[in-house]
Formats: sequence, C-alpha cells, structure tokens
Amino acid sequence: MFKEINVLKSHGIQYVKNLRMQPVSELFRGRPVISDDITKDEIKTVFSACPVMAINGNSGSIDMGRCVFCKECSFLLPNKIRFTNDYRISSNVREALIIKPGSETPLQLDENLIRKEIRRLFKSALKLRQVSAGGDNSCEMELAATGNVNFDFGRFGIEFVASPRHADGIVITGPISENMAEALEITYKAIPSPKIIILAGTDAISGGIFEGSPAIDRRFIEKNHIDLYVPGNPIHPLTYINGVMDLLGVGG
Amino acid sequence: MDQKLYMEIKNNSLPLDLKEIPILKYEIFYDRVLAFLKEEGKHCVAYYGVESAGNLKLYCCIADDNNNIVVLFAHELNKDHPVLKSLTPECVPLHIFEREIHENFGVEFVGHPWLKPVRYPYNRKDVSEIMDNYPFYNIESEELHEVGVGPVHAGIIEPGHFRFICNGEKVLHLEIQLGYQHRGIEELFITKCNALQRCILSESIAGDTSIGHSMAHSQLIESLAGIQVSEALQIERCIALEMERLAIHIGDTSALCGDVAYQLGQVVCEALRTTIINTTQFWCGNRFGKGLIRPGGSNYPLNNEVVNEILRVLDDTGRRFFEVTDLIYSLPSVLGRFDDIGILTRQQALSLGTVGMTARTSGILRDIRKTHPFQYYKNYLVRPVILETGDVLARGMERVLEVHESVKIIHELIEIWQQKIKDFRKPVYDYNLKPDSFAISMVEGWRGEICHIAITDNSGNIAHYKVKDPSMHNWMALALAVRNQEISDFPICNKSFNLSYCGNDL
Repeated sequence: MFKEINVLKSHGIQYVKNLRMQPVSELFRGRPVISDDITKDEIKTVFSACPVMAINGNSGSIDMGRCVFCKECSFLLPNKIRFTNDYRISSNVREALIIKPGSETPLQLDENLIRKEIRRLFKSALKLRQVSAGGDNSCEMELAATGNVNFDFGRFGIEFVASPRHADGIVITGPISENMAEALEITYKAIPSPKIIILAGTDAISGGIFEGSPAIDRRFIEKNHIDLYVPGNPIHPLTYINGVMDLLGVGG
Repeated sequence: MDQKLYMEIKNNSLPLDLKEIPILKYEIFYDRVLAFLKEEGKHCVAYYGVESAGNLKLYCCIADDNNNIVVLFAHELNKDHPVLKSLTPECVPLHIFEREIHENFGVEFVGHPWLKPVRYPYNRKDVSEIMDNYPFYNIESEELHEVGVGPVHAGIIEPGHFRFICNGEKVLHLEIQLGYQHRGIEELFITKCNALQRCILSESIAGDTSIGHSMAHSQLIESLAGIQVSEALQIERCIALEMERLAIHIGDTSALCGDVAYQLGQVVCEALRTTIINTTQFWCGNRFGKGLIRPGGSNYPLNNEVVNEILRVLDDTGRRFFEVTDLIYSLPSVLGRFDDIGILTRQQALSLGTVGMTARTSGILRDIRKTHPFQYYKNYLVRPVILETGDVLARGMERVLEVHESVKIIHELIEIWQQKIKDFRKPVYDYNLKPDSFAISMVEGWRGEICHIAITDNSGNIAHYKVKDPSMHNWMALALAVRNQEISDFPICNKSFNLSYCGNDL
C-alpha cells in the first residue's frame, strides 16, 4: 500500500494540459524556413545533397511529404535554411506540405476541402485502425504514444481500436510494402463507410527513403482520397494530435 | 604446411582482402563449420549467399566469443546445380540462414527439415511462391483446432502472421510467418549509393533500434574507409546506445504491465519512457535518435548542457523506475502471470543459437559489448546481466537489471568523456572505400547482436550489403516458448521477447 502511494506521489501529474501549445525541445526538426534570398547555386548544392529529393532544384522549396528531416541542408546552409521546432505541420492538402522560400506562415488545414461528413459524424468520437505497411516501428510507437498517459488523446474520444469493423478510418504507416498491400486493402474494405484515411510519416506520404524500391506498391495511395497527411520521420505525437484535432475541429 | 581454411577478423578492424579469403570445397566447409559451432563459446553471426559472375559464394561468419574474433569460412558453387547437404540437422542455429539462402538463390539443402520461406523478398528465386501459399505445418485431428492471427494485429504493432495449433486452450505448436515488412533494404544500400542515403536507410531498418543499426553502418563505413574517430565520439555513441536501451526497456516494462492489466505499472513506465526519449530529442532533435550517428563525426556533438540534462533525467527517472519496478515485481497478481510462463530452457536457447537479451535470460553469455567490443566498450568493461530461468519473469527482470546497468554505464562514461579531448569533427560523406574488401561490423543493440557486412568491388563501390537483426535468430525461440502454454499467455510471451518484424523482413 505504501509503495503504491510513493509511486503515485513520484508519478505526479503527467498529462499535457494544452496539446496545442506544448513546448518541445529547440532542436526538434519541424517546419523548415527557407530564406527568400537563397541563390541558384545554393539551391543546387542542397538539391544534390538531399537524400530523398525533397528539395526542388529550381525553386528551392522543401517538400515535407518527402523530407526525412535529416537537416543536412540546414547544416550546409545554416543562414539560408533552418528547421523550426513547429510541430504543427499536418495538412489535408498534399501541396501544402511544400514550403516555399520566404514562407514563414504556419500550416493550416484547408477547411473547404474537409469532407462535410467528417466533422458531422466524427467530431465527438473517432475510432481508428492503424495499419503498418512496411513501417519501421518508430511511427507506430509514436502513434501508440498519442494514447499514453502524457498525450492522452483519448480525452477527445479519439482512439485506436483493434477491429476495422469498429473503426471510422485507417492510419497508415510505412511505404506500403508489396507483401502488405493486399492486407491493407482488405483492412480498409472492412471499415464501414464513410471512412477516412490518414497517412502518418514521410514513408507513408511519399515512400521516403524507400521511394523507387521494387519491394513497395503504392497503388492504394494513388487511388484513394487522403484526408490527412502527417509528416515526420517518425511523426511527433503532437503533429498527429494537432492534425487530427484540426481535421475534426476540436480542442480550440 | 596446411592450406589455410579460414580468415580471422576482429569486429570493426581492418577489412579483409576478398582475394585472400580461402574458398573451401563443400565437404571441408561443412566439416569445419560444424566443428567450430559445436563449442558453446562460438555461434553463427551470419551465413549468407552472394552472387558473383554466375556463381554463388557462401560466407559463414562465426563469432568466437572467447578469443574476440570472427572466423570466416567461404564456399563457392555453380548457380545452375545448387544442391548441398544441409548443416541444419547437425547444427540447428543455421536453419534460418539456410532457409534464406534457399529462398534467395534456390539452393536445395538436402536434409533440411523446414526449408520454408523467410520473408518473400521481391527478388526471390521462385516468384511463384507467394505469401498466401505459405506451407504451414498442420496436424490432422478432430480434437485440435487452428487459430490464425494477423498480419494485422489488435494493437499498434507491425504485421506478421501467427498460426497456432491448439488442444483446447493449450498451444501445441506455433508457426510464425513473416515478410510483410519487406522493403528491399539490402538492395537499396547498393542502388542508393549516396552516403547520406545509406545513413537514412540504416536508421530505417528498425526504427526502434535506429541508434544500434546506424552505429553498425557507420562503423562498417569507417572500417572500409579507414576513418578513425576520437575517443570522445566513441563514448558519445555508447551513451546514445545505452539511452536507446533504457528507453525501450522501460517501455517494454510498461507494455508487460499493460498485458496483465496492471495499470499503475503501465502508466508510470510510459511516462518514464517519455522522459528518456525526450532527452534524446533534447540532444539531437529526434526522439529515436535518428540523425545522431553518422560516419566519421557528428552533427550533434555532446556538450555540457546535454550532459547535465542526461544526468538530471537519469537521476530522477532512474529513481522512479526502481521505485515502481520494486512494486511491480513484488505483486502476486503480476508475478502469477509472469512466473514460469513462456519458458525457454538453456538447452533450447543454445540449440537455436539465440542472441542478446533472449540468450542472457536463459543463462547464456551473449553480449557483443563484452565479447567483441566496439566503440568505447573496448576500454570499458560491461557486466552483462545473466539470468537463468528463461521465463517471462526473467525477461522482465532482465530489463530492470539492464536499466540499472545502463544508468551506471552512462554515469561512468560521462565521467570519462569529461576528461577526453573533443575534436568536433563533422560527418564524412565523401569517403572512399577500400576496393575488393570484406568488412564486418557488430553492435549490441537492446535486442541483441546487430551485424552489418559489406563487400566492395574493384573500384570501391559497395557490391553487396548484408544486414542481420538479432530477431532473425530469436523468432524461433518465441515459437518454442509458447508451446504448452495457454493461448491467452501468447501476448505476454510475445511482448517479453519484443522481436522486430521489419528487422527480420528488411
């Protein structure tokens, strides 16, 4: 009994009160900011250094859907490219993940493009099925963390469930391995409509470092409408949480 | 004088000259490999095939734990008539490696009792073998039933298929089918030939072991490129590796509690894991340490600010973790679920060639940090935690005791680090690799022994890259441990091993 009390006392209060404003470490690699005076030569340098072709060789923009957040471009050009610790980088529009030089504005979801039934049906409870399709287990662990004692996303009625029959949508991680493509399809079909699709992590959004591998099959992504893109390598739990809150219009 | 039969190589030492590796006739190869593996202090690290000029070369790396060396045997055979006598009936640990060689190159291993697919790679020899047709073992009996689980599981975990044959509630047999996570990693190490791409790839082999795998890769590149790194950097890497071990062990303790519905233990450990990975994020901006380990240098050299944060968190988290685990492992309701469940006997663990934590909880000393030291472990003596009972309780306690050890190691390493000269070198991406060479790199990640092996061609490009995650050895141990258990105990057994799907599937 006394042991329990001591443990509880040491544990204290752990939950994050404000999921919108929780500070993260300075070094966290979130939304990049590219100086608008970046030169053609400088763009060329970082374009050829980027391991995943996330940097556009002409405009110098960075596509967070492809970026693996290794920050090497910023190490090469610290005065021109920096990664802020802004973790609110989810979007419902793929193109919005492309950060242009000079842009410092935080990302926002395009409200007009959110399907009407999403907020009508899921605002007070959203149950999701997670499918890892070639994910490396880091995004999966971060998604699991969204429900832990710190982030407690369950407070909004947003949770992961075991059966696709109980789910309102699917959260996909990994580049979609060929060996998992069919199981993903079956799981998605087992979810009753209307249903949403969320892509969590750079691997899921673009294939990431696995793009072009003959062992992956991305047809599922190409033929289905994606409701939310959550960039990161792996995603930060707060990136996912804020993205889903924005999608549903909950949490202020 | 006798003809030289094998090469000796030290973990992360100078690479071998490919031309000097003796190619043995299969009879000699067979005899020598068997003779070596008969001794307990020697185990197979990797055994795999490489295609070259129409032929197939087999390399078998055997770690000699007592002498800190790896012994390399090689055999070459014609790809058109690939029939060999299987080593598995005499030496079970090789079963998975022979299966892999069979799947990739179509070599028939005569006498292999279980020549089944490993991961259905896209470039497998026989593409008519598909995942849906996996040849599961079955027993015809009206009294038995089968239970299939996966590939999509109830939790937020990776995919894999488990097929149980049960007698009532009891598991008679479990067969594990993997491959769903196959992404073609080994080939990507060759096609994505940019140095940074390879670093990113190594961090993505198994995201929960980003630091372990990226360290194995960096070491491999450093030995092929002849790059020396400072002692300070070596210590930093060891600290990072121990931080990774801490985070996962604490998280696993949480998950084990969750599986037996002990919520207090679960949530307290969840919160503690958060503090550790947030410290890794404080150091390098990523909770899993992606970006922290690079060949030749570091983008995030350790500094006093980070050191102070690590020490502060370790003091607090360490104290709280020991307080809560003291409670967890004294509760009859928890112990009743852990004790004597999912036993892997020493004999089984040894005969399967298990490594890492799984081996150590069954009374076998397998710890690369001690037997084939790398980085600063060369100068620092690690005291591996060895437990005897091989049940879920042992695997739970192993984590608690290893957390104790890792906290101590980090403290001591930080003290040593403070005396060392720091050179703040940046990572090296424009390296030249030694041509026609064979290099091996091993790291003791939190699961166990990680091994990366590269072969270079005559212009110094990587011609072949082999990755071995410890899970490759250990999956069969899980299958054996659940025999004669209640099927309801499978989740805690599985969690207590916590093996990697993506690390196996590559």
